[in-house]
Amino acid sequence: MSSLSYTAPTSVNEAVGILAGAQGLAKILSGGTDLLVQLRSGRTKPDIIVDTKKIPGIMGIREVDGGFVIGAATPCSVIGEHAGLSAAYPGVVEASGLIGSTQVQGRCTLAGNLCNASPAADSVPAMIAARATAIVVGPSGQRAVPVEQIVTGPGRTSLAKGEFILEFHLPKPAPHSSDAYLRFIPRTEMDIAVVGVGVSLTVDAAGVITDARIALGAVAPTQVLVPDGAAAIIGSKLDDAALAKLDAAARAVCNPITDKRGTIDFRIKIAGVLARRAATIAYKRAGG
Amino acid sequence: MSKIHVTTTINGEPAEFLTEPQMSLLDILRDEMHLTGSKEGCGSGDCGACSVIMDGRVVCSCLVLGVEAEGKDITTIEGIANGEDLHPVQRKFLEHAALQCGFCTPGLIVATKALLDRNPDPTETEARYWLAGNLCRCTGYDKIIRAVMDAAAEMRGA
Repeated sequence: MSSLSYTAPTSVNEAVGILAGAQGLAKILSGGTDLLVQLRSGRTKPDIIVDTKKIPGIMGIREVDGGFVIGAATPCSVIGEHAGLSAAYPGVVEASGLIGSTQVQGRCTLAGNLCNASPAADSVPAMIAARATAIVVGPSGQRAVPVEQIVTGPGRTSLAKGEFILEFHLPKPAPHSSDAYLRFIPRTEMDIAVVGVGVSLTVDAAGVITDARIALGAVAPTQVLVPDGAAAIIGSKLDDAALAKLDAAARAVCNPITDKRGTIDFRIKIAGVLARRAATIAYKRAGG
Repeated sequence: MSKIHVTTTINGEPAEFLTEPQMSLLDILRDEMHLTGSKEGCGSGDCGACSVIMDGRVVCSCLVLGVEAEGKDITTIEGIANGEDLHPVQRKFLEHAALQCGFCTPGLIVATKALLDRNPDPTETEARYWLAGNLCRCTGYDKIIRAVMDAAAEMRGA
């Protein structure tokens, strides 16, 4: 602990230089709601903490060409207060709003929720369903990475040494599109998802689903997409037969563990149930 | 190891302190600034006993590094009353007996003030969700919620 140092770079280049040249373990600090807990418990023992919040543009939300750019260090409370984002991506906003308490919301970030790489992270299935892209910066420049390619396993990401996430991009939604996120927890608040489901979909003027994307959390080592579930509801008006196929497709991709929060069988069952419910909410929101 | 010099504002007054990188804002408030109203319950952001308002948002001071206080405006429980005059939230906690051991009370009062600053007319459900990160093992919360709703009504002039 005594060798720990702290730095708060004021540009992307400075931050990348520090991270790439760091001796030993460097940890990114954005909201700190995971990092400080891990520091205290001794689970992580970094040599340097790099606080990204002084990098211009890394906090805040911008509307760009009908889509949204969310700075990586933007607190989730700010996300929840953004009217335009809440209208366009209610599922992403409701998922990010489920992370921790009011106090945690004032600090926690989408980048932290993603890079902490918990299979149960609430915002991640919603971001994947919404086709969010992470803008990763590092020694070899900048690259746009689909969110589903960031987490590689519990506590592990595909980010290389010196890389960090600068911002997230959400595309301009097609007309009559919306999204939804649901999780199962035994309590009503302040809990970790036993299963989480994000659904994003688009309908046509007749209410027929023309595009869909479904992602599950807490049922596998990483978040998982359900392409067969999307295929099952595309072309439908989300009738009972389509919902039954979606339920089966969601159950089929699950590879969960049994732990104190839920058994394998329970998680698989709930994944199907929540997929149906989240799809129904997204469908209504989209005007279907 | 060299300590880091931090300049900040605490309860409306300019403040400065020296911190080591791993020290939390709660460590600084209690051990360096001798503001011991903010309590350490869990140290992991679950209990809310260390709640402070930082730049208008309620946060757990155990989940903020001391060094992150640089340039911030921080309100602790010691800054809620106006001199000898208790804040309405403090008064209503007393009137409704919304505390027993009192360990959670500073955090609950700070979090309630942050709620009412933002939403002067919360529903009971909104108040309960807002305060879900403040744990109380004595009261069962009912008297706390009554105090919060009564304070809100008084502050609205209702």
